[in-house]
Amino acid sequence: MNRNYVNLDVNPCKMCMPMGGSLAFKGIESSMVLMHGSQGCSTYIRRHMATHFNEPVDIASTSLSENGTVYGGSRNLKHGLMNVIKLYNPKVIGVLTTCLAETIGEDIGRIIEEFKEKKDIRNIDIIPVNTPGYGASHFEGYFHTMRSIIEYYNRKKAKPNGKVNIIIPNMTCADIREIKRILRLFHVDYVLMPDFSDTLDAPYKPDYEKIPEGGTRIDDIKNMSGARATIEMSVSIDDRYSPGKYLEEEHGVPLYRCPIPIGIRNTDWLIKTLSGITGKQNPGSLAVERGRLLDAMIDSHKYNGEGTVAIFGDPETVYAVTSLCLENGITPLIAATGSKNLKFRNLIAAKGTQAIDGTDFEYVHEQVKKLRPHLLIGNSDGKIIREKEHIPLIRIGFPIHDHIGAQRKLFVGYRGSMRFLDDITNTLLDLKNESYRQKLYSEFFCRQGNT
Amino acid sequence: MKSLEAYPLEERKSHILVKEKDQNQGISCGRHSVSGVVSQRACVYCGARVVLNPITDAVHIVHGPIGCSSYTWDIRGSLSSGSEMFRNSFSTDLEEKDIIFGGEKKLSEAIDEIVRAKFPKAVFVYSTCVVGVIGDDIEAVCRAAERKYGIRVIPVKSTGFAGSKKDGYKAACDAIISLMDGGKYERGVKDPRSFNYLGDFNLAGEIWVVNNYFKEIGLNMITGVTGDSTVEKLRKARNASFNIVQCAGSSIYLAERMKEKFGIPYEKVSFFGIQDTVSSLIKLAELSGDEEVKKKTEKLIRIMVAEVEPVLEKYRKKCRGKRVAIYVGGGFKAVSLIKQFSELGMKTVMVGTQTGRKQEYETIRELVEEGTVILDDTNPSELEKFMKEKGADLLVGGVKERPLAYKLGMAFIDHNHERKHPLIGFEGAVNFAREVDLTLNSPVWEFVRKGGLHE
Repeated sequence: MNRNYVNLDVNPCKMCMPMGGSLAFKGIESSMVLMHGSQGCSTYIRRHMATHFNEPVDIASTSLSENGTVYGGSRNLKHGLMNVIKLYNPKVIGVLTTCLAETIGEDIGRIIEEFKEKKDIRNIDIIPVNTPGYGASHFEGYFHTMRSIIEYYNRKKAKPNGKVNIIIPNMTCADIREIKRILRLFHVDYVLMPDFSDTLDAPYKPDYEKIPEGGTRIDDIKNMSGARATIEMSVSIDDRYSPGKYLEEEHGVPLYRCPIPIGIRNTDWLIKTLSGITGKQNPGSLAVERGRLLDAMIDSHKYNGEGTVAIFGDPETVYAVTSLCLENGITPLIAATGSKNLKFRNLIAAKGTQAIDGTDFEYVHEQVKKLRPHLLIGNSDGKIIREKEHIPLIRIGFPIHDHIGAQRKLFVGYRGSMRFLDDITNTLLDLKNESYRQKLYSEFFCRQGNT
Repeated sequence: MKSLEAYPLEERKSHILVKEKDQNQGISCGRHSVSGVVSQRACVYCGARVVLNPITDAVHIVHGPIGCSSYTWDIRGSLSSGSEMFRNSFSTDLEEKDIIFGGEKKLSEAIDEIVRAKFPKAVFVYSTCVVGVIGDDIEAVCRAAERKYGIRVIPVKSTGFAGSKKDGYKAACDAIISLMDGGKYERGVKDPRSFNYLGDFNLAGEIWVVNNYFKEIGLNMITGVTGDSTVEKLRKARNASFNIVQCAGSSIYLAERMKEKFGIPYEKVSFFGIQDTVSSLIKLAELSGDEEVKKKTEKLIRIMVAEVEPVLEKYRKKCRGKRVAIYVGGGFKAVSLIKQFSELGMKTVMVGTQTGRKQEYETIRELVEEGTVILDDTNPSELEKFMKEKGADLLVGGVKERPLAYKLGMAFIDHNHERKHPLIGFEGAVNFAREVDLTLNSPVWEFVRKGGLHE
């Protein structure tokens, strides 16, 4: 059982493929997304992202109507491409399909070629990506889009360049900045993708940029097939969506997979992998950070040992959070994701935790009611459980709509893990401090007949 | 306007109007969005969902892939005094195999499952883009389920691409009519003081705010449509002597249908801003034709105006002369807002709507000063351009527009579905003024207006 109903998802714990695709493109320099479908898809996805990042999120739509649906959307798509170029002047346009475009069988690759030829477009890369909303969830859409972008730029193998590819899952902008800092400490020449750390967390500037500065450089992406290795921060994505797998199979770039570096073990994993690939020692300052995290873990171990949690969200995030909890003696009573993902289920189950994939929030809510964890850890879609069950929610993942600053919270590396763990521990402490007087009073004083 | 000549998109120019005095000016509206310009509009499904979802005790099933359900789950601030069923988002979560083999069986079984588990009084089944293409016969599935369970199972023709958000409103209104019309109906004696309040979705409890006025002046609201409504209440809506319509964009069609089908006359009202609230209450009293009601209305207005006027004056002093940009869904709301800002001594320099009608744009044109930019179905590029050119200090708009305003260093008013304080009626007018003051006069702008990063 992973849902209450066979034919109904009640309160989704997942989003659609084009959502993941949009996020991936937001991390590519000077890029714009044109969604081929009806107007609602882009608007909903913009709203969902804008509320999470508190940034303007411009995504164009080909606004398919009944006409376009019946006679094909080629005219709309070409027209849309022209308008995007006029208004945004991007270097890259990602064309994402939607349920509608896929169902009517639009050949976006061909339409784009026709457009480029007719308009003689040479200096703009227009990348078609198939992201049917019914194909899989946002999680797969995100990786699949990255894979498509890399394939687009690496049809021919690049010259060996000694760089290390870093494939980033959906983490916060602050997390990406932290990964880059660690890479700099290692003096590693890297290509990190996608890099939305600036584009979706842009500083205030007197002059507004429609397409914010930042993102993975196109020239860097072109070099990925000549890299000496790829580190893909995902242990749960299926091979067919995996950008690292593509680079390995097609171009012989060795693939190293590691989880999101949340928690001491997962961060060690990343550091060891980096050391192994580069042959460089762990930089001294990271050893100090590790020591500090370990010190923090000792400080809080007894409080953590009493804690139980329910974790939900993307497979990758849930896996990383589960690891952090387990290594600190916090018991995850349930680890849940809406995406269908066998790898995730096996990995979590191997840790002795109840794993559910392909689930929905109604089911998670029911489990929470039954198991009564101290805390919820996950995205803000857990808000109703929090509201009804009065259980605190520690927010991580996407989307986070009911708090501000989701994009600038740090979770990864030794420093991020420490901050995140402190959040968890302190919330547990608050619960204890608020309840122990009453609990002991009713348990012992009242029993003496003193009421 | 010079800058308009330089604007690269010819096809958008007829949707942009700069008011000139004594000119006969028209604006293009009601057309399909231009591809690739980043319209702020949504789809047919969105329009239907917005209008129907506040029916609190119904089960709302989205027949389609997961996204449509995911992005609309409990995102609106519609409050309920009873059931919270509507805060759930039910989806048939269509996958590849369902697209290939059709989703009718899945839908039919989904209805079976949910009816047996939750015993709802009504189920709404929303059509989405793919369902429109693969041709699932939702109506047949719904009819069969109605026969099987003896409850209302109502199809909503909200295939995403088949029009705009406005067509979704229409689909929702048709579904509401179907709910009101179906089943046995005993015509009672009509009370001239009983009415329905259409086009309010009880965001931040706004229906409750105005219903207190209705009660105070001796009128009887049968139900809001659809804010804080139930299946039962909506079925009694036919007993009303008249309807009043707040959000004309979404509900004027419903009012027309109710007039035509049940002989219930209607009037447009607006409870946004003191001026409109006062005139709407007077209109309401007239509709009842009851002298006692009219007297009570006058008294209520006297008391409330006396109460809020000094508070508003305090804010007026702090906001006077500031320049406002407006971008909202419907034209009627834009009109209300222009008046409301003018009550605070503020000047509208740009105003636009997603789905305004010709007549509403004409009213807007009459209301605003010369030089004001009027926009239909605009986009971030145009918003940025005109807000900068007109030197707007504040934008009032939807959730997607908020970060743009902030990035441009402008104040922002959330006159959208996320609001958590009522903006309606007398109390709402005070909240509105307070929010305007809060955002316009925040100390944060002292840093930004000196040049941000470089200070």
